Amino acid sequence: MNPDLQGRVFEKTAPYLVGREKIREFAAAVFSQSPLNFDVEAAVAAGYPDLVAPPTFGVVIQEGTLAQLLADPTAGIDFSRVVHGDQRFTSTRPIVAGDELTATLTVASVKQLGGHSMVTSESSIVDATGAHVVTAISTLVVRGDE
Amino acid sequence: MSADSSTSAHGTPAASAPDFAGLAVGDVVAERSFTLTRDSLVRYAGASGDFNPIHYRDDVAVSVGLDGVLAHGMLTMGLAVQPVLDWLGDPSLVDDYQVRFTRPVFVGPETGALLEVSATVGQLDAAAGTARIDLTATGNAQTVLGKAQVRVHSPAPATPSASALSAATATPAASA
Repeated sequence: MNPDLQGRVFEKTAPYLVGREKIREFAAAVFSQSPLNFDVEAAVAAGYPDLVAPPTFGVVIQEGTLAQLLADPTAGIDFSRVVHGDQRFTSTRPIVAGDELTATLTVASVKQLGGHSMVTSESSIVDATGAHVVTAISTLVVRGDE
Repeated sequence: MSADSSTSAHGTPAASAPDFAGLAVGDVVAERSFTLTRDSLVRYAGASGDFNPIHYRDDVAVSVGLDGVLAHGMLTMGLAVQPVLDWLGDPSLVDDYQVRFTRPVFVGPETGALLEVSATVGQLDAAAGTARIDLTATGNAQTVLGKAQVRVHSPAPATPSASALSAATATPAASA
């Protein structure tokens, strides 16, 4: 992996419009039992403008930024050797249906550990007004040659 | 699906928000077990857009040196926080959630996998109204997540003190 990646900031992704049915689908897939993920009336009664997404939903928007990183020919990341090492979401507020989200990935660090490379990326996700919603942080481990 | 319309019978989630004052480090605040099947993985693949075939094709999984199809790490992360959300009632109380993926969860075509999650108070700051909830997640009886931590803040101080404040300012105005 290219060590000069550290500090690189990628292009902001195209806006992602968060749909109600996508939230319901994702919430069901992560075994949510929260009415706030499924029932608009319950979400509104709890003070939200619309359905609330589960805390890990940000990965759907982050995915677009990781695709940029992995596709960059100068990054030198072999996708077939990539293992997800860790993941973090630091949020200002939950994602809700109707949000139009864009994400900007910054390569926070590139490290070598044994024969492996580790790249930590921070994807800052903001709404249509530019206000911060959640930052998704991933460490990808690229296994070395065997 | 476990998440059906009957869950709305719980009523307003905020009403069940826990009181952090009654918590102590070491308290188990929530536990839940999940049965993962291949269907669960296909469902998560579609919902998340992660179509890596190691999560649904044994031949591909074996070809890259795995014992078989494994669950998406993000599926394990996504479900492991659910018992905490059920306990909190309101997802806006979660400030930060992190995990390390330490061991794959293999999901057999017939046997599936049993994931068990336990959420414990790891750290408490009564003054700030914040807590760190530590998750233990085991897949087929082996630990699969490391440093799985949910940082949450208490709903309790904000609402009563805000209403007390508005009551205090309202009273002189009303009597004047």
